[in-house]
Amino acid sequence: MHLVLVGTSHHHAPVELRERVAFDRDEAHAVAARLGTAVCLSTCNRTELYVEAEDADEAERRATEILAELEPALYRLRDHAAALHLFRVAGGLDSLVPGEGEILGQVRAAHEAGTPGPLLDRVFRHALHAGRKVRTQTAIGESPASVSSAAAALAEQVFGDLAGCEILLVGAGKVSGQAARNLRSRGASIAFVANSKTDRAQLEEHLARADVVVSSTTASGYVLDAETVERTRHGRQLLLIDLAVPRDLDPAIHELDGCYLYDIDDLEAIVAETLAGRRSEADRAEAIVAVEAEKFHEWQASLDVVPAIASLRARAEEIREQELAKAEGVLGRLDESQRHAIEVVTSRIVDKLLHLPTIRLKQAAAAADGVVYAEAVRHLFGLGEDER
Amino acid sequence: MAELLFWPALLLYGEAAVGYFGDARHPGAAGRAATWGVRLGWLVQTALLAVQASRDDGFPWGTWAGSLNLFVWLVVGAYLIWGCRRPYRLLGLAVMPLAAVLLVVSKAGGGTGTGGRSHYSNLFLVLHVGLVLVAFAGFTLAAALSALYLWQERRLKRRETSILRRPAPSLAVLDRLAVRTVLVSVPALTLGIAVGVGRLISRHDRVDALVVATAVTWVVWTAYLAVRAVGWSGRRAAYLALAGFALVVLVRLALPATHFG
Repeated sequence: MHLVLVGTSHHHAPVELRERVAFDRDEAHAVAARLGTAVCLSTCNRTELYVEAEDADEAERRATEILAELEPALYRLRDHAAALHLFRVAGGLDSLVPGEGEILGQVRAAHEAGTPGPLLDRVFRHALHAGRKVRTQTAIGESPASVSSAAAALAEQVFGDLAGCEILLVGAGKVSGQAARNLRSRGASIAFVANSKTDRAQLEEHLARADVVVSSTTASGYVLDAETVERTRHGRQLLLIDLAVPRDLDPAIHELDGCYLYDIDDLEAIVAETLAGRRSEADRAEAIVAVEAEKFHEWQASLDVVPAIASLRARAEEIREQELAKAEGVLGRLDESQRHAIEVVTSRIVDKLLHLPTIRLKQAAAAADGVVYAEAVRHLFGLGEDER
Repeated sequence: MAELLFWPALLLYGEAAVGYFGDARHPGAAGRAATWGVRLGWLVQTALLAVQASRDDGFPWGTWAGSLNLFVWLVVGAYLIWGCRRPYRLLGLAVMPLAAVLLVVSKAGGGTGTGGRSHYSNLFLVLHVGLVLVAFAGFTLAAALSALYLWQERRLKRRETSILRRPAPSLAVLDRLAVRTVLVSVPALTLGIAVGVGRLISRHDRVDALVVATAVTWVVWTAYLAVRAVGWSGRRAAYLALAGFALVVLVRLALPATHFG
């Protein structure tokens, strides 16, 4: 049984191409069903078809047909390479922002919407396990990757739980809107949105109650100066995010006790550092993914020898039972416990004799000699000859 | 038996201290190993204290060195309440090396063995030594939390670019935990001192340097709660907590010779 992957991603195709083969959950299910035993992983950054098939060439051809529009930008991988790719995807290592957290949920959803056979089911479960391991054993996904999420994470560094925190939004640019959404998603609430029509008294009234100020106006001078902040906030801690250029907030505010002012350059420097951190964590994550992919490879390779092992064990058990039956004349005179003891002893002899060959067969399978060894075992022990 | 338990406890606390240093450089496995070191070390030390309690005739931690042993156990136990959470591993960097060193000092002073005997009554020792040590363990943790607060506040003020890459507990949480710890510790110290003063008066003993220093410690930590109530918080409160901890160090390490008999 082979694992075949045909797909494209942000590395190979621009969004104009990717959007042509973007599938929602129902469409992904339909695509998978059309391919037989398959899973369709479709996100904003990738569309990948994973197919389980005896005939890899045929499976690849059928998957390519579905993504034919993207032909020059398609990649095709098989077996170990396909599994390793999926493990890297689940670990966030193939994402636009290394370690981004959404992909793990998307892989899970794709698996659930697909029509996987035993091999695909196993590879997706293993990939999800690898993805979780990457997230728990490395810090790859812990730090924010955008200015807006960095602003929210900074607020958490000051206030902890943001439930009950009030945001004063001064101006409403795109980035400040994203920052406000990030803050709200963590429990904070927008108390007031000030604009050019807001009078000074009203602004100061809301400043007195705010925990976080996010500012991004097009004003040419400072919207808030240090003296105003000092006078209105009554010693409370205050985080101020200035996303405007030219700046809205007087830099002297940062010198006030309990006030923390970050401008766009500060936030971008923090994001650059966290992205660098993600990249260094990515090396550790790659090692985890490689180990997990190797484990999967060993499991898949062992499938070549599983029938031979099963036949060998069945043959040994058959011989054991035949010999016990032949000795029935002698065994018949024994009581129940003595017969049980003989059953146990003969079973143990069979198990111990077959233990090492079983291990060696699995090792050989992992080293790509599995088929040869399995054939040798069948020949040496005459397995399957009765059926012929 | 007590000897056999001391070394694993010390080893595990040492491992935790080293692990937390490793975690500060590369967060992950070292931090998890350190946390397990703290957990297991504390359990082994608990067993050590249990053996001491079962073998000794009376309260086994009435000596200076013995009380240090109990003090370490209380500090590590209190740290364990939060220490298993990832952001508080930084706190372990301050607590665990201190715990390991103090355990060695306790051992050197004979505080980890068995067979000791005190001429004080058990009830008095349990109330006086026990309550004072609980309070001091709380103050130690409050000081560690305050130190972490000052460090985190400095990072925010300096706009350190690594602040989100190596996140610490938030200022608000550190501030709240410190004041809650002190809120429990001050009543314990008040009661412990009251028991000691009661005995001092009944036996007509003289006031020694340690008693005076302990009283000053009580004044400072009570003042800490008082100024918090009138609105002090953040950096100023953290500095006051560190000043209070300096007195705890003085009382625990510098002046005990004048008191334990």
